Amino acid sequence: MERSNLIRTMEGILGEPGVIHEREQLRTYECDGLMNYRVIPDLVVLPETAEQVQSIVKVCYEEGIPFVARGSGTGLSGGALPVESGLLIVMSRMRRIIEVDLENLRMVVEPGVINLWVTNEVAPEGYYYAPDPASQSVSSIGGNLAENSGGVHCLKYGFTTNHVMGAEIVLADGTMVNVGGGKAPDAPGYELLGAFVGSEGTLGIATKITLRLMRKPESVRTLLAAFEDTEEAGGAVSGIIGAGIIPAAIEMMDRLTLEAVEKTVKPGFPDANAVLIVELDGPEDEVASQFDKVEKICEDSKASEIRIAESDDQRALFWKGRKAAFGAMGSVANDYYVQDAVVPRTELGAVLKKIDNLSEEYGLRVANVFHAGDGNLHPLVLYDNDVEGEAKRAEDLAGAIVFACLDHGGSLTGEHGIGEDKKKYMPKMFTDEDMDTMQLLRCAFDPHHLCNPGKIFPTPRLCGERPGPFKMHPLQKAGLVEQF
Amino acid sequence: METKKVDTHGLQNIVGDENIREATEDDAIDGIRPSLVVEPGSAEETSEVLKFARSEGLAVSPRGGGTKMGWGNPPRAADIVLSLSRMNEVIEHVPGDQVVRVRAGAKLSYVQQTLFRENQMIALDPPYPDATVGGVIASNDSGPRRYKYNTVRDLIIGTTVVLADGTIAKSGGKVVKNVAGYDFGKLFAGSLGTLGVIVEANFRLHPLPESARTVAVEVGSYEAAQGAAHAVVHSQVEPTAVELHWDGDKKLVSVLLESIPEGVEAKEELAHVLLKPFGEVRTLNDDEYDDLGPVPRPSGGNGEVAVKLSAPPAELASTMEIVLGAAERRGVKARLRGHAATAIVFAGLSGGEGSIAEVVEEAREIMVRRGGSVVVREAPESFKTKVDAWGPAGDHLALSRALKDKFDAAGTLNPGRFIGGI
Repeated sequence: MERSNLIRTMEGILGEPGVIHEREQLRTYECDGLMNYRVIPDLVVLPETAEQVQSIVKVCYEEGIPFVARGSGTGLSGGALPVESGLLIVMSRMRRIIEVDLENLRMVVEPGVINLWVTNEVAPEGYYYAPDPASQSVSSIGGNLAENSGGVHCLKYGFTTNHVMGAEIVLADGTMVNVGGGKAPDAPGYELLGAFVGSEGTLGIATKITLRLMRKPESVRTLLAAFEDTEEAGGAVSGIIGAGIIPAAIEMMDRLTLEAVEKTVKPGFPDANAVLIVELDGPEDEVASQFDKVEKICEDSKASEIRIAESDDQRALFWKGRKAAFGAMGSVANDYYVQDAVVPRTELGAVLKKIDNLSEEYGLRVANVFHAGDGNLHPLVLYDNDVEGEAKRAEDLAGAIVFACLDHGGSLTGEHGIGEDKKKYMPKMFTDEDMDTMQLLRCAFDPHHLCNPGKIFPTPRLCGERPGPFKMHPLQKAGLVEQF
Repeated sequence: METKKVDTHGLQNIVGDENIREATEDDAIDGIRPSLVVEPGSAEETSEVLKFARSEGLAVSPRGGGTKMGWGNPPRAADIVLSLSRMNEVIEHVPGDQVVRVRAGAKLSYVQQTLFRENQMIALDPPYPDATVGGVIASNDSGPRRYKYNTVRDLIIGTTVVLADGTIAKSGGKVVKNVAGYDFGKLFAGSLGTLGVIVEANFRLHPLPESARTVAVEVGSYEAAQGAAHAVVHSQVEPTAVELHWDGDKKLVSVLLESIPEGVEAKEELAHVLLKPFGEVRTLNDDEYDDLGPVPRPSGGNGEVAVKLSAPPAELASTMEIVLGAAERRGVKARLRGHAATAIVFAGLSGGEGSIAEVVEEAREIMVRRGGSVVVREAPESFKTKVDAWGPAGDHLALSRALKDKFDAAGTLNPGRFIGGI
């Protein structure tokens, strides 16, 4: 289809304000939260209803046009990076809360609804939505679903996938299906919802999502403990987990991170080489007793200082310091590269040491801030883009850190996703058979590779279908894929 | 139904003579007696067995402990039972990581015993003591503690599967937090062996609770049962399980409370207060706990048909009414056990087979319309020819069929037992 024709067709579905086609405006959407990769989409469309999404996708299917869905664009792996000659379907106008059903502890929302709105909606009644990625004030539920977002509290409460009960999905051929039941548990059939959540937008577009709500815990206690080094702080983490305590969160920040947040949001953290924030929640007596234990464990691990949040404001200040960590890096370096990788908790000490060595070897500073409870590291590689070769060196170092994590039995990513950024690393973690098998799933959902093509897998494979309504896939034409 | 005569030579070369035997009546699946039981010792042998079966056009039924072979519809064919009982080790348990890796043929109860020594557990408590890890995953079985810990899909962090064409593939890993690649662990949960054979699984673990109390309330009506469950769930007592018992004179809701010793009493006190409006409340002693605790539920046998009803939690009372009313009108005897807070009700139905079938069909018609489901769990073969085990598949049937087609185009694995004839 000619571009002008496509614009007219889309305007027919969405009206003129729902279609962006001027090059300057399109540039706004050329990347997501990961700015190293930029592609200007052919068109941006902004549907307001599920039916519109369906109509758009049907046109794409008939014309063989690849499409990418995007929520708020906060993703950190390029999952919402547009594809060339493709459509970017921006879901941010689908922002209705459709149903609040406290009796059944569920809420039905459109994908553009912002994560934090869900909790805000039910907080007055004493309920909340557990997944709380650091981006929660801007990131959308649809994006959270695609990435299976975590957050600081997932150690105890799990990830997005554990809090989604159902989804209405528009498949790549424009069919609409409901997966997961949504109302009642254990819908018979394949666990398609579990396969969909975390598929990084490659299996379809969610247009309606049922979320599980939780009753707020009776008591929340938070402490901050300072340590001589990250090893001692790590010892405290092991001690806490070893005591059979599952805190709502355990976060660690190293000296460089502490310096950066002190320069920006000024939380007044202790002057130390490592700081832990530990939060417990639950029934009051249980929390009180375990909190004493945690304090004792920190003392035994030679904490130089322990501060206990005495008010909600103080707790908020602790968390402000933690949540500002990424952004604060701008105060200690011109540029930084956010890495996301996972190691088994017992390997934390060894991996941190390796990161230190790598940092020295590459001559670049690395700030460490991470979810210590579940071994999810976020090393921030600091560099200066104006110094020739540093950007490349930073990327190489970030890669070397991930490989170190894999060597210790970890994973390429804990919560940011593979997306565009890490697909080249996938063969380090999975065999060809593993990835081919994963792509069978893709072939069932999207045999013509239209839905967010080119992400996750280094070698996308088509599915052996007879050519569909169109002749050759654009990726195939470009020599980027081979027939499966 | 005819089962094919299998040429055993090809299989002998793969697993050795001693690991093949002729199937007996005990190996039959809904009356269909396979030819052979084959026990591979590794993922590679499993792969070879499946390749052989596929090339010979034989149907394969994977089997763990064999406790749930009656689930699902009667298979269209079953030539080989692929038993995982030799693949039964705990591969790795690192207490500090709270992760365990096991081969799928390991009994869950055995794995748990190993973990208990380090005060840890896989937070799954399905009722069959002989069930294997692989079987629990494939059947997505769960127990009362699912209220707090959720189900297989939420606890599994990695899998190795063997597809019908012999491909050995893994997904996930041995860290709890991991979003690299697609997640088969979830996809295979509840797939009843129709997509591939699970040979290895990794789970996240939880600490064993230090102390527990079970507080129960006698309830006189469906509404009181629902009210009691609602009161507990919407409080801050954070129960581990909320169970329904409805069998003859035994009509109560029991609440399992787990915590540390310093926390359990406050929970117990609060539960008493919360449940008081709905009937007589008491904390169960150990003997009563054995009877009213988490495990027993109707599981078929002696002609009883075991059915699982699932509804939105706020419809527990009407769910009870639907099934008990339909049973009473037809002179069918019904006993219920269930997870009151999640509104999953297991009904044991006994009486005339035709009448039970009518009860199931009537309940299913209403429950499905309300967004729930009615699944026949265990029933005599004759019953299964009358009533579909799963009920309607919803609007994703075409997608589910496409999935089956991609993973097992030849229909080697458990043909016909799953939803929609898959």
